[in-house]
Amino acid sequence: MKVEMRHIYKSFGPVRALQDVSLTVEAGTIHGLLGENGAGKTTLMKILSGYLRPDRGEILLDGKPVRFTSPAEGLRHGIGMLHQDPMDFPAMSVLDNFMMGHEGGFWLDRRGARRALQELARQFGFDLDPDVRVDHLTVGERQQLELLRLLWRGVRVLILDEPTTGISAPQKVRLFDTLRRLAGEGKTIIFVTHKLEEVEELCHRVTVLRQGHLAGEATPPYSPQRLIEMMFGRPLPMPERQPVPPGEPVLEIRNLVVGDHRLRLSRANLTVRSGEIIGLAGMEGSGQQLFMRACAGLVRPWEGSIRVRGKDLTGKPYHAFLEAGVLFVPANRLEEGLIPGLTLTEHFQLVYPNGRYLIDWEQARAEAQRRIRDFSIRGKPETVVEALSGGNQQRTLLALIRTPAHLLLLEHPTRGLDVESSMWVWRRLKERAQEGTALMVISSDLQELMQYCDRIIVFFSGRISEPIPTEELTLDRLGHMIAGRGW
Amino acid sequence: MTPEWIFGLAGVLAAAAPLLIAVIGETFSERAGVVNLSVNGAMLLAAMAGFAVAVRTGSLELGFLAGAVLGALMALVVAFASLTLRQSQVAVGLVLALLGRDLAYFLGNPFMGVPGPRVGALPIPVLKDLPVLGPLLFQQSPVVYISLITVALAWVWIFRTRPGLVLRGVGERPPAAFVRGVPVTRVRYGYAILGGALVGFAGAAYTLDLKGGWQGPISGIDGIGWIVLAITIFGGWHPVRGAFGALLFALLQWLSLVLQPSLPGIPSQVLNVAPFPLMIFALLLTNLGNTEWVQTALSRLPESSRRLALRVLRSLQVSPPAALGTVFEEE
Repeated sequence: MKVEMRHIYKSFGPVRALQDVSLTVEAGTIHGLLGENGAGKTTLMKILSGYLRPDRGEILLDGKPVRFTSPAEGLRHGIGMLHQDPMDFPAMSVLDNFMMGHEGGFWLDRRGARRALQELARQFGFDLDPDVRVDHLTVGERQQLELLRLLWRGVRVLILDEPTTGISAPQKVRLFDTLRRLAGEGKTIIFVTHKLEEVEELCHRVTVLRQGHLAGEATPPYSPQRLIEMMFGRPLPMPERQPVPPGEPVLEIRNLVVGDHRLRLSRANLTVRSGEIIGLAGMEGSGQQLFMRACAGLVRPWEGSIRVRGKDLTGKPYHAFLEAGVLFVPANRLEEGLIPGLTLTEHFQLVYPNGRYLIDWEQARAEAQRRIRDFSIRGKPETVVEALSGGNQQRTLLALIRTPAHLLLLEHPTRGLDVESSMWVWRRLKERAQEGTALMVISSDLQELMQYCDRIIVFFSGRISEPIPTEELTLDRLGHMIAGRGW
Repeated sequence: MTPEWIFGLAGVLAAAAPLLIAVIGETFSERAGVVNLSVNGAMLLAAMAGFAVAVRTGSLELGFLAGAVLGALMALVVAFASLTLRQSQVAVGLVLALLGRDLAYFLGNPFMGVPGPRVGALPIPVLKDLPVLGPLLFQQSPVVYISLITVALAWVWIFRTRPGLVLRGVGERPPAAFVRGVPVTRVRYGYAILGGALVGFAGAAYTLDLKGGWQGPISGIDGIGWIVLAITIFGGWHPVRGAFGALLFALLQWLSLVLQPSLPGIPSQVLNVAPFPLMIFALLLTNLGNTEWVQTALSRLPESSRRLALRVLRSLQVSPPAALGTVFEEE
């Protein structure tokens, strides 16, 4: 089905999300939609799927104008969207999720649905257990389930919003194969991303958005330079590697065993020196989160010892780790890191109080203003944190990290950020390393780990590798290792 | 000859019947994401009004209908305030709970102690003569039959039908249901009102069946609504587990009466309130598996016994509908 969106406008209050954006996608092609965070990609796709209504503009399917008032109507016209955050029901079974929203009779036909699910899964080589609860699946598997569900509903236009965020390398390969095959069968695929290499690898054509405007279109062979210019309006300098000479040991882990009710990690030994950046790679849930939380003093180890700058902290409470200069920055920005409902000023006051009992709000505001400038946060002192964009929330988190810190533990510091924001974050982290802070970083972006880390530890379902110097690794080998091969 | 304890247990079933119906009602409402805290007020008001209508018209059916309509109206107020006006369900529900109680006592004055119609027992032919089961199950009032059928129907509805699947989805994650084409707000209204009607029906059952008549503040209905809310949680929003909770509570109350003569050392007041802390204790047990120390302790057990312990705990464990009490805005 050919999709045309013509002169779409959309505002949220005073914010103009889309202005005069047009998009044409031919049937049987994979069309990329590229842009940094906040460029309007998701908004445009939510309009196409019927989740949002445009202020102005029209949508044509195979040349016929249509107007959706709900996602139900979009689905009826054969448009299905895979949302960035999988729109599924975590507490329910795979099979129930698969059936939810599917048309049919009054009684649930579990057997028929099970057969359909298994048949589709077999066709695409996915391995999904119909009886498992969805919150036990990885993000990649949840995405596969959503994909199969939409195909079962008979969608002809498939929108994927940043589908590679949080999925493993082999899952990504499989996803791309599936998409190529679906396009070959005549389906229309719209692939939303902020990653250039994915566009180069997959898309027959790409449309670039910048700050709610149409920035341009391109066809292969793509020029990365040109695409970056379209995305940001100017070329971006690529960072250079400059290894920091490691100093004194900051973190010493001996014979450490940690575990929870699901996973028991293998015995680990590790010494991290000041100025070093250690990357933790692995599929989600392989044990790296647990390991990092043990280093942060949030999880009590079963065996072994943790020393920070020579001081034994094994089994000590979290605040003892804090006092020793160990700081943990969690991945869930709004759930664990920031407090929704509080303003930037209030956040800064929680970390750097300017009085013991009474707060001097005037001074607090000035201080907040200064930090906002230092960390180039797009917001005002009285902005509540949930109103900030993802990138600015991450900047706020970094601004909230106490100084001086001896060991910084960061979970997915750049997840969901665009290229420019990621580079900004890493520049900041590098500066900290040069000042002598040791860093440990979890990321699912292997390229990023390869680029910035000195050594990488790989996790695979509880197994922990030796720290491998990055020079001895290739992206390919790393990808194999996190999938459990080549150990 | 039928032994005494069977009649006692039959009494427990009768006492639990309105509880069952109200718990199912609240379960429907909360499954759709609407916490209706007005249950206590709604039940009292429906009890009074149902009785008053039955006295005036001489019709029991109209009495029950009046109770159900009042309950539905109270639920509609909560739903309108939270789903359309986007106000706090908790605040509106609490105020209605207090308002309903005071209104019931005030408006019910003229009907205090007035004689009125009462639902009688309806023995079921053939089945009533079964040994043990006959007197236990089949010589009851129609309200008891209705309560048991309601539980079964609710289970079938929630777990075996397509609308039931949609209901579970709406309570779990409204945006995801919306994306799949479900009119979330309409579904929430529907189940909130249905739940309210069941709660109102249950209220009327107290004055028209179980207690027989309206006695004002000494009717012994005040407080039941709060227990209904607790049992809904105890039952993990599952109709059959909720029914067990209601039966357990009725059984505990009966035991406290039966045991009073044989336990002279314990003041009767202690026995009277004992069912309430026991319910809380049961609630604690069901959620034991969620605590971190239990999970840590379990993770050190050998694999086989760990599996078993985990399975037992998991079967007890309940998780609330994730979207309980939240506001969902459709674009």
